Amino acid sequence: MLEFKNINRWFDGPEGKVTALDEVCLSVSPGEFLAVRGPSGCGKTTLLLIAGGLLRPNTGQVSLDGHDPYALSPEMRSKMRASMIGFVFQQFHLIPYLTVQQNILAPSLALPAKGADQRAKELLSRFGLDDRAGHVPAQLSTGQRQRTALARALLNKPKIILADEPTGNLDEGNADIVFGYLSQYVAEGGCVLLVTHDVRAAAHATRTLQMVDGRIIQ
Amino acid sequence: MTIWKLVTSEILHRKMNFALGVLAVMVASTSFIGSITLLQIHEADLVQGMNKLKDDTRKAMLKLGFNVVILPKDQNLADWYADDYASKYMPEDYVHKLANSRIVTVRHFLPSLQQKIEWPERKRKIILVGARGEVPNLHKNPVKPLVQPVPPGTISLGHELHRSMDLKVGEKVKLMGKEFTIHACHKERGNKDDITAWIYLAEAQELLDKQGLINAILALECLCTGDALPLIRKEIAAILPDTQVIERGSRALARAEARTKVEKEARITLENEKHLASILTPVVVTGCAVWVALLGFTNVRARREEIGVLRTLGVSAKSILVMFVSRHILVGVLGGALGFCAGVLAAVYFSTVLEGTRVQITSMDISVAGLLALSVGGAAALAVIAGWIPTMTAIRQDPAEVLREE
Repeated sequence: MLEFKNINRWFDGPEGKVTALDEVCLSVSPGEFLAVRGPSGCGKTTLLLIAGGLLRPNTGQVSLDGHDPYALSPEMRSKMRASMIGFVFQQFHLIPYLTVQQNILAPSLALPAKGADQRAKELLSRFGLDDRAGHVPAQLSTGQRQRTALARALLNKPKIILADEPTGNLDEGNADIVFGYLSQYVAEGGCVLLVTHDVRAAAHATRTLQMVDGRIIQ
Repeated sequence: MTIWKLVTSEILHRKMNFALGVLAVMVASTSFIGSITLLQIHEADLVQGMNKLKDDTRKAMLKLGFNVVILPKDQNLADWYADDYASKYMPEDYVHKLANSRIVTVRHFLPSLQQKIEWPERKRKIILVGARGEVPNLHKNPVKPLVQPVPPGTISLGHELHRSMDLKVGEKVKLMGKEFTIHACHKERGNKDDITAWIYLAEAQELLDKQGLINAILALECLCTGDALPLIRKEIAAILPDTQVIERGSRALARAEARTKVEKEARITLENEKHLASILTPVVVTGCAVWVALLGFTNVRARREEIGVLRTLGVSAKSILVMFVSRHILVGVLGGALGFCAGVLAAVYFSTVLEGTRVQITSMDISVAGLLALSVGGAAALAVIAGWIPTMTAIRQDPAEVLREE
């Protein structure tokens, strides 16, 4: 589903070149929950942005469902992202003035579909958010916000979910709920690439890789 | 979920930013529409005022007498000034020559035969005037006759004559053996008109034994300024070489000149207002555009994360562009409509309450609907143009940067 071949990415900083990814190779297949663990600043978010078609690598090849997203035009890459990838972030990134239901429907702005409203209702029900459908994010608990973000990620039935520290702001109970949902998604045939420093992730992942200073070491 | 829903929800969420944007556009629109409306009202007021003055002058000239008199060339002017009528005669046909010529400086011609006589039946000295009314000038647009003719068989009497002899309209009187019906009894004018009797020209010629002759052509020069007299003399001399032209009714001329001066000064004032508006309005509009742009930047900055997330979710740059442009159009349309109302009301209030102008807004050259369309369309364009750079900043925002900053 997702494959990285010798990916290198560096940034020019005030103190010279900073290497974020160094010859990274990995692959994620359907039905796989891959957790990449590592300390802050080791390049996890860079890895996820490149996987999501948001940050072009300096060298190396990315393949998403058999296609190189960086060979596409920005518009086509946006469409590919909308149809194939679901994103979950540590900070949730919900739109503050939209209700829970409208936030879940936000991906339909990029990929309008007839059954989007019905799908949103199903997701509200599945994530236990029915009674919060008309609330705005500021009226939700952190757990509810992350469940809303997960539901949003699943609206367009993506082939892969890219999750960046999704449990970073959650207590243990809510973190388990999120991992549970991600595991359920994988069991239904999806795949997850999770980057985290949370040791609990290993318990839910089908495979765990360690990342240090931009390199996959295991 | 639609872009429109996103736009309206965001506006409701950030009411203050939106309201300030609308206010900025409204100020620009008020300034623009207010100045246009006020200038239009002043223009219409000037035209109406000048038309009234022109009409007043025309009427004043009628009361003061015609301002040009054409006399036979051999008439001694000293005698004419002493008697106020000519002792020499010229053919009545001269007036037709004049009327059929292509003269441009004079519009109204009134031939007359005047003589001081003894009214034998009443033993009174009177001035007898034979008039036939205005001879139309066929080469120009017809104008309303200034003096109505005395119908044949009738007589009009000055105030002193009918008062002292106790004569009334409709009564019959004899003059030099001929019977006339009294057509009009004039009010007191305080001049020789009070001892004047007017009869039809042909009958005066018969009574005075001056068939086919007149001794004056009264003419009203249409240019209505004193410096037109040499031109009138030149034109008339070319048509009627055996005549001379005398200026009369200098008070009327003075009024005409005053009217021209007033019009000139009013036009200068209006031009100054236009000049001031042409400087002030762009300054205000530019200031408001900068204001809208700054609000746009503030909005983009506040929505940085939101834009980054939308782009991450796959929302295209084009959709982000539509989102921001729609918002700016809404700001412009609302601000333009409010600015139109405020501008028109301010201009009407200023002109009617403070200046006392009686001009109706409907008498302006530009229609109210046209002004509204101009205001709304112009304001929307202003808002979109002013918000263009912030919009471009929004669509060029790199979502990866936003997410990496997390």
